[in-house]
Amino acid sequence: MNDKATRLAQTLKRRHAAERRFQWYGRLSVAFGVACVLFLFTDIISKGYGAFTQTYIDIEVTFDYETLGLTPDSTETDVKAASFNSLFRNTVRAQYPEVTDRRKQRTLYGLYTTDAPIMLRDMVLRDPSVLGTTQQLTIVADDDIDTYYKHSFGQDLGEGGVIGRVNPQQIALVQQLHDQGRIHKKFNTILFTNGDSRDPELAGIKGAIIGSLLTLLVTLMLSFPIAVATAIYLEEFAPKNRLTEFIEVNINNLAAVPSVIFGLLGLAIFINFFGLPRSVPLVGGLVLTLMTLPTIIISSRASIKAVPPSIREAALGMGASKVQMVMHHVLPLAMPGMLTGTIIGMAQALGETAPLLMIGMVAFIVETPAAITDAATVLPVQIYLWADSPERAFVEKTSAAIMILLAFLIFMNSTAVWLRKRLERRW
Amino acid sequence: MKKIILGLTIVVSAANVSNAIARDTISIVGSSTVYPFSTVVAERFGKTTDFKSPKVEATGSGGGLKLFCNGLGTQTPDIANASRRIKESEFDQCQANGVKDIIEVKVGFDGIVLANSKQAAPMTLGLKDIYMALAKLVPGPDGKLIENPNKTWKDVNPTLPATKIEVLGPPPTSGTRDAFAELALEGGAREISDIQTLRDMGADQKSEIEAMVAKLGIENAWAAAVASKGESAKGKDVVKIIGRSVREDGAYIEAGENDNLIINKLVANSSAFGIFGFSFLDQNSDMVQGATIDGQQPTFDSISTGEYRVSRALFFYVKKAHIGTVPGIEEFLNAFISKDTIGEDGYLLDRGLIPLGPDAYAEMAGAVRALTPLEL
Repeated sequence: MNDKATRLAQTLKRRHAAERRFQWYGRLSVAFGVACVLFLFTDIISKGYGAFTQTYIDIEVTFDYETLGLTPDSTETDVKAASFNSLFRNTVRAQYPEVTDRRKQRTLYGLYTTDAPIMLRDMVLRDPSVLGTTQQLTIVADDDIDTYYKHSFGQDLGEGGVIGRVNPQQIALVQQLHDQGRIHKKFNTILFTNGDSRDPELAGIKGAIIGSLLTLLVTLMLSFPIAVATAIYLEEFAPKNRLTEFIEVNINNLAAVPSVIFGLLGLAIFINFFGLPRSVPLVGGLVLTLMTLPTIIISSRASIKAVPPSIREAALGMGASKVQMVMHHVLPLAMPGMLTGTIIGMAQALGETAPLLMIGMVAFIVETPAAITDAATVLPVQIYLWADSPERAFVEKTSAAIMILLAFLIFMNSTAVWLRKRLERRW
Repeated sequence: MKKIILGLTIVVSAANVSNAIARDTISIVGSSTVYPFSTVVAERFGKTTDFKSPKVEATGSGGGLKLFCNGLGTQTPDIANASRRIKESEFDQCQANGVKDIIEVKVGFDGIVLANSKQAAPMTLGLKDIYMALAKLVPGPDGKLIENPNKTWKDVNPTLPATKIEVLGPPPTSGTRDAFAELALEGGAREISDIQTLRDMGADQKSEIEAMVAKLGIENAWAAAVASKGESAKGKDVVKIIGRSVREDGAYIEAGENDNLIINKLVANSSAFGIFGFSFLDQNSDMVQGATIDGQQPTFDSISTGEYRVSRALFFYVKKAHIGTVPGIEEFLNAFISKDTIGEDGYLLDRGLIPLGPDAYAEMAGAVRALTPLEL
């Protein structure tokens, strides 16, 4: 008797131990996952936060008629041809009359972005009345200066501890500007208002975001109706036979096909056969439609299946036709699940680069696309292109772009969760 | 059925319409080495003229020329960048597809550097050292070529440090790798007298070649050369095969096309070396240093004069038939070859491009301005 009780106590102890162990395995797995995510986020954020500020330098520019070779009656064409380069260089030189060496003068111009003369020209084109006046301007600093001022200015760098590519002369100049209060950091709006550029200080992701939106728009317009129609037909109308089974297996297979293959397909069909242009959101959207279709079909079918048969039977019993039953009862009830599936499919499409490589959307494009037939690139591609650029300042831009992409993905996925919570009905 | 036919007609006619729409952006494809330079010119061209900025894709030299030679018409690219000269086979392909007149533009040079972390001691190497360290087959004690047995740099050359040979470089699809293999490895191989002798043998010296091949123990390579070239196989072809093959036992690590990644790895591992373009060394000169090769540091001047031997020319090719069809091509061409861009003080020099010498520049610029088509 006693013997049996001890044995029982022992097995019970073992079972409890096994349960505790099992729970710990679970906790460890979760902890590992969380640690990975935290590591990724800290790495990206610590590298990328700097890209959200930008260094600017104040400068006083006199739009002198004589230097520009313009008169008050000059036309727009004259302004375009005028030498804003020499206006800018003269202005900068005038501030440092002691610097006469040509190399050192080049360093002076190099404090500012290489586009400074173009910015001055655009200012005159926008508002010709600035000609002949003196303006207080704030001009973006060059990327090397920007990196230095943001990350290592005022630090004792010690021997050889120079960050980036600044030399002692540039360090002295920045110190001087800082003492005069002419150099300062501001929130980097350029990052959100410019298209791509090879000058890190002028590069922005507006073009990529618009490109992504246009591409997703095409994808959504095509994939949602097609997928929902397919799902409804297969679930509610199609006879269950070999053919529909075969189609079902193929849809599931399609969901597992590597995305680059859809790119090859897109290249062969849309570009080579139909002659659509390369690098446009229209083709990108078509290719991503092929990729997201199975995801949406599968989740739509699951949510149609989840609608209880009693609702269908009640509708039919009241004299509704099959189409009315589907349209008035099943579809509204299945819609939250379909929308969730669609959003997740769209989020997948947003993060995709491989199929776009084949259809030429991995490209350097300065202009922001305005239509689905303009050359465009997308967010993940922009990240890839920046990660591959030699200029050091692109490292933090890359991380910043990753943060923005992640923000979009988190937003889309939490909308999906919210929709599900909000609209879901339990039976 | 009628509806299906109607649908198909609409799709096809829509496709034809898009064909008819003229493209107003110049389309550029090609080498990822030329890409950093091409994009800068493209951006500036868009900002300073009334034309749109050209679209630049990095597809690799071979991939770009393939697209380029696919035919004429707005769905094909107008310009192909290349980090090597167009091959005869590619030129023939172009001709066969109706791309008759091609304008060749030689932009400048790019040096290829072998660099390590600044925390380590700088390295001084000869081309032969590079060959002995990285080639698949190197001369053994009896003069026959054997699988590379060298584990440390000291094994290669007693004056070098006894650190493990660890070189990170681009994969075979890369133009940088092709150029490195040709200039550094094959260049180093030619400093071995038997290999140089073999290289000088013509197709008419069959028996001499066979004797030398037997002496070096590389009958396989000779067989491969004969298989691909037939009767016209020369000593040069054998040297190409053995000189350009990179060892595959882990000393040469393929690190992908991302040169920033290679630089990060070099900083983390100070005993490793990396192979990449001069522009990346120029941008990261606070973290990595280039090895001195054959007595020359990779610098702006040494590459431009040709004293630094591991450097190659960069090109781009333009379809003459597209000038006038796609707006801005001729203007873009002139903007690219202007002195402000690639001359002695051009802005591409700040990006790491090495300019052509004055004579070569004048000759190139003259031919391009006259739109003289390329003849091979």
